[in-house]
Amino acid sequence: MIRFEDVHKAFGSNHVLRGVNLHIPKGESMVIIGGSGTGKSVALKSVLGLVKPDSGTILVDGKDSTKGDHDAFLARFGMLFQGGALFDSLPVWQNVAFRLMRGSLKRPAEEARAIAVEKLRRVGLKEEVADRYPAELSGGMQKRVGLARAIAAEPEIIFFDEPTTGLDPIMSGVINDLIREIVVEMGATAMTITHDMSSVRAIADKVAMLHDGVIQWTGPVADLDNSGDPYVTQFISGSAEGPIEAVR
Amino acid sequence: MSHVFSPLAILGALTLSALAALGRLAIFTGQTFAHMIRPPFYLKEFGAALMNVGYFSLPVIGLTTLFTGGALALQIYAGGARFSAEAVVPQIVAIGIVRELGPVMVGLMIAARVTSSIAAEIATMKVTEQLDALVTLSTHPMKYLTVPRVLAGIIVVPALVAVGNIIGIMGGWAVAVGTLDFNSATYLQNTSDFLETSDIVTSLAKGAVNGGIATLMGCYYGMNSGRGAMGVGKATKGSVEAAAVLILAANFILTGIFFSS
Repeated sequence: MIRFEDVHKAFGSNHVLRGVNLHIPKGESMVIIGGSGTGKSVALKSVLGLVKPDSGTILVDGKDSTKGDHDAFLARFGMLFQGGALFDSLPVWQNVAFRLMRGSLKRPAEEARAIAVEKLRRVGLKEEVADRYPAELSGGMQKRVGLARAIAAEPEIIFFDEPTTGLDPIMSGVINDLIREIVVEMGATAMTITHDMSSVRAIADKVAMLHDGVIQWTGPVADLDNSGDPYVTQFISGSAEGPIEAVR
Repeated sequence: MSHVFSPLAILGALTLSALAALGRLAIFTGQTFAHMIRPPFYLKEFGAALMNVGYFSLPVIGLTTLFTGGALALQIYAGGARFSAEAVVPQIVAIGIVRELGPVMVGLMIAARVTSSIAAEIATMKVTEQLDALVTLSTHPMKYLTVPRVLAGIIVVPALVAVGNIIGIMGGWAVAVGTLDFNSATYLQNTSDFLETSDIVTSLAKGAVNGGIATLMGCYYGMNSGRGAMGVGKATKGSVEAAAVLILAANFILTGIFFSS
């Protein structure tokens, strides 16, 4: 469904992506792991057009992601941002229903609110949260609202950018379980980037290791502990010894 | 030799940098106006921008122009007394406020209150990935954030200038009647007789230009802010500086165009 073909991206002299090749089949949950600053977010944002690759192609259902009606293309996606990226000026329910109140998916405000409340319930938040503002919520609640917004329009493809960053282990577990449940329930294709190994094991069908701008290893999550790849072994063990330099 | 040429090199680099910045700003301005005439239109955001730029600026505009009008009356009276021309206070206050001080003071107050707030808000949205989130939700940040604010600035700032002009003139009137022994009815009659329709029209036109500049600078610097708190701070400071300078420069150019003949 999503295919990276020799994707390159540099910011000045910093070559972040040096030829990424990756295939994510329809309905699969792919988690990309890698250290901080290795280009995981850049790879993810390249699919959505938030970052423009210098060369290479990203295909979604065989079509170049940069061609055609971009609004229609984006309507197929939902995304949970690392910090939630909730709109401060809007109450929670309008954040969740943002896409349902504008553009081609627009519907009456009452219906949009009802869907927002239902999605909030799905991520474990009560109706009274709907009228609060994002600044009034805890970090974990903001993540849940972000998750509710990501799934509000029932997208085919969902991206999760560091879904558990900044959360305590219990809340991380709750978010991981929610993501897994929702992805399975919706039959969506998911692409998650994280360096939290508990997220990887909870969310992934397959794992890809990004290092030095290329995919070093790809395989089922069950093979992660016996990958035989020195990069993956060092990363999951959290060791300072190995091919990945501790100081980057 | 390098010491001889280095000032030229610096001048050249500065010129190129200034031209590049001007080019980026011109492209941003062009894109903003292009988006204004193409749907979708976000009426709710436009309404909120009208309130923020216009209605909520009224207190600061009123106080600023009130004191400016009062000070102007005192200055003209004191200056006019040197050649027995104290009686021109109403006429000079009126022309000074309507032609120059009203639009400029309102423009600068909008730059201080609105430009800074727009730049800080949009820069924070950029830093916290809210602009990226807008894109993923099929909403163009320029249409959703820039167009409503700039359009509101162009439409509502002339109204603020009109209000500011009236309050400024009344500030002069209050000082003249209250402390300088002017007759109230005569003062107001002289003001009314002296002002021409063209004075008012040009004043409002300056207001529209100043409103456009102030809101555009807030959006431009916000959208192009750097990362982190420092990026937000720099964007806010830069937006107010740029808006203030451009408002004064535009005022000079417009005065030349409107009144040179």
